[in-house]
Amino acid sequence: MKLNVKNEEKGTLVSVTGRMDAVSSPEFEKELGRLIDEGNVNFIIDLTELDYISSSGLRSVLITAKKLKGKNGRILLASLQPVVKEVFEISGFSTIIPIYESVEDAMAAL
Amino acid sequence: MKSLKLSALIENLDQFISFVHKCSVECGFEGKKVMEIELAVEEALVNVFNYAYPGGEGQVEMRCALEEGKKFVIEIRDKGIPFDSLSRPDPDTTADIENREIGGLGIFFILKVADEVRYGRNDDTNVFTIVFLV
Repeated sequence: MKLNVKNEEKGTLVSVTGRMDAVSSPEFEKELGRLIDEGNVNFIIDLTELDYISSSGLRSVLITAKKLKGKNGRILLASLQPVVKEVFEISGFSTIIPIYESVEDAMAAL
Repeated sequence: MKSLKLSALIENLDQFISFVHKCSVECGFEGKKVMEIELAVEEALVNVFNYAYPGGEGQVEMRCALEEGKKFVIEIRDKGIPFDSLSRPDPDTTADIENREIGGLGIFFILKVADEVRYGRNDDTNVFTIVFLV
């Protein structure tokens, strides 16, 4: 898994490449935790290049969302591949974390 | 039947996933289905890594076989404490963000994507079986 962080006008854009599994997900949680500690509270997560996610990946997204809820922040997911979207739908996470078709759509909603 | 036996440690997850990826492709699976097989295997293995050997180390073996030409059968075997993850209740997938439990989703995913799932204890061995129809 690779993370690319970019500061945009309305928030922080984090692009995730590769796989979010039990090995790599703690890294996502740690990096997002660091960005939150630095004062970032509005995130768009670009998942265009994310090929795979397991329950460990969802867990790290949920932990991040819970941290942000306490700071009145937001985390929006954008551009999910079908297999990744399916995991969010099966788990019901798609009803608690907003999902957008594209980064542009998410940016407009932030 | 093909088999891979390694220490039940999270560091070995990638090797097990590569192994099941290769076996599933050889059996004719592709695309999204291969991902679903990897998902089921990761969730089952993570349970073994986390719970099978409390306070100690042990091994986990994965066996893959094509049965009757149409059933891709994955067996995950360990000699840890008896642990029937299938007996746990389903997580609440409708809870809101504050009340959402972290964890408990792994088995739920396996049951969603696989065609058949079984748990059994043979002598001193936990045998967790996941079947995908080709």
